Amino acid sequence: MREELFVSGRNIPNIDPYLNIWHWQIPSYLFLGGLAAGILFFAGVFTIMGKENKMKTTVKVAPMLVPFALILGLFLLFLDLKHKLYFWQLYTTIRLESPMGWGAWVLMIMTPISIIWSASYIKELFPAWDWKFGFLNTYETWVIKNRILIAWPMTIYAVILGIYTGILLSAFNSRPLWNTSILGPLFLVSGMSTGAAVIILLSKDHKERKIMGRIDILLILIELFFITHLFMGFMAGSEAQINAANLFLGGSFTAPFFAFVVILGLIFPAVLEILELRGYKIPKIFPAVLILIGGLIFRFLIVEAGQITRYLY
Amino acid sequence: MRYAMAIDTRKCVGCSDCVVACQTENNVPVGFCRDWVVEVVDGTYPNVSIELRSERCNHCNNSPCVRCCPTGASHFEDGGIVVVNYNKCIGCGACIESCPYEARYSHPDGYVDKCTFCIHRVRQGLDPACVSVCPTKCMYFGDMDDPNSGIVNVLKNRKFKSLAPEAGTKPQIFYLV
Repeated sequence: MREELFVSGRNIPNIDPYLNIWHWQIPSYLFLGGLAAGILFFAGVFTIMGKENKMKTTVKVAPMLVPFALILGLFLLFLDLKHKLYFWQLYTTIRLESPMGWGAWVLMIMTPISIIWSASYIKELFPAWDWKFGFLNTYETWVIKNRILIAWPMTIYAVILGIYTGILLSAFNSRPLWNTSILGPLFLVSGMSTGAAVIILLSKDHKERKIMGRIDILLILIELFFITHLFMGFMAGSEAQINAANLFLGGSFTAPFFAFVVILGLIFPAVLEILELRGYKIPKIFPAVLILIGGLIFRFLIVEAGQITRYLY
Repeated sequence: MRYAMAIDTRKCVGCSDCVVACQTENNVPVGFCRDWVVEVVDGTYPNVSIELRSERCNHCNNSPCVRCCPTGASHFEDGGIVVVNYNKCIGCGACIESCPYEARYSHPDGYVDKCTFCIHRVRQGLDPACVSVCPTKCMYFGDMDDPNSGIVNVLKNRKFKSLAPEAGTKPQIFYLV
């Protein structure tokens, strides 16, 4: 039998008995970042493929939401800071070793790109729009002519942003649940799936929904494979990792994880989407909203549970 | 120069004087601490063994907190002491997450705070506050690169361990066992 206690007394807020320094802001931001990355990735890819007009919602409508999602995400990150007035220090240094550091820079690049992208489509969607300043019209003409030039870096940065939401966590080797290289790809795929869900939700074109539905089913299957892989890796790992996996395989996170993420957030919407492809009439709102809620809860659970896991000594 | 600390778990009586000395010396806010004493009891009565460990920041050689800091607020000072520059810290909490020893906390003023090996005392040639008050003299602080320092001698002659070396952090607090 082994018992451990602090004889000097120690009950530091948000650290004892369990680490809980990151609250709702971080998982919400990870969700918004992944969602933005997913939408921009599809917008970029379909533009490069020359299918802007076939995939109108993907390329033109959904990216309108991205600047709002990213700015809200950045605001949430700001809320998470505890020494808020010093936030500008983030942009006085470039520290490639720090995922949070380069993530801040990726966001600094991604947010303007998303604003330029959606601004270039605003006149097409709202014909009455007027830029008021002449030079903005000049810029707009240039951007519209060179969309392909923007689509390439946008697609690449979207992948970086999506993976980064996972790497932000996986770079912490002190948290066994996070410290796995599969977390980056898993968050990327999950982010793309939530992005696809938003596109399906917004799209009025049956053909476009069908294409995105197919992509989404594939993404969900990859995600389920990654989740299985994640736990397989943990179960074959050290005791700290086995303990981390056990939080989800019998521990206190099992019920919410399997109910809201695996079943209601992945398997059930995938089945609904397959049924829809087979010709059954299913309101598009159901699978899309379930995927979005599942993705959000997934990030909350991983951030919360990861902070509980630790090295044993 | 590489500062390190060795703590004799067989001499420590768990009086927590080191904790109080640190709180006083460094003006640590009430309810927080930069060091703490852990008691680990193994076995069942009458076959029990006890280990007392005064724990604090390990001033690791391969510090995850310095690596993950997005602004460079967490940095190495001379002698490998890990220190937070309060004017650069944005309070993002990444270093708190990254520390396998849970040695960092969020100061009520917003920045992240932790043990500094009492760098202000060390620069004057004094021992850290915790070492200087220990009534059993179970702590040794010194330069690992100086072959004549007390800590090098005690580590030469005694068995020791460090905490979670598998974390790859190369911790510089050694527990004599």
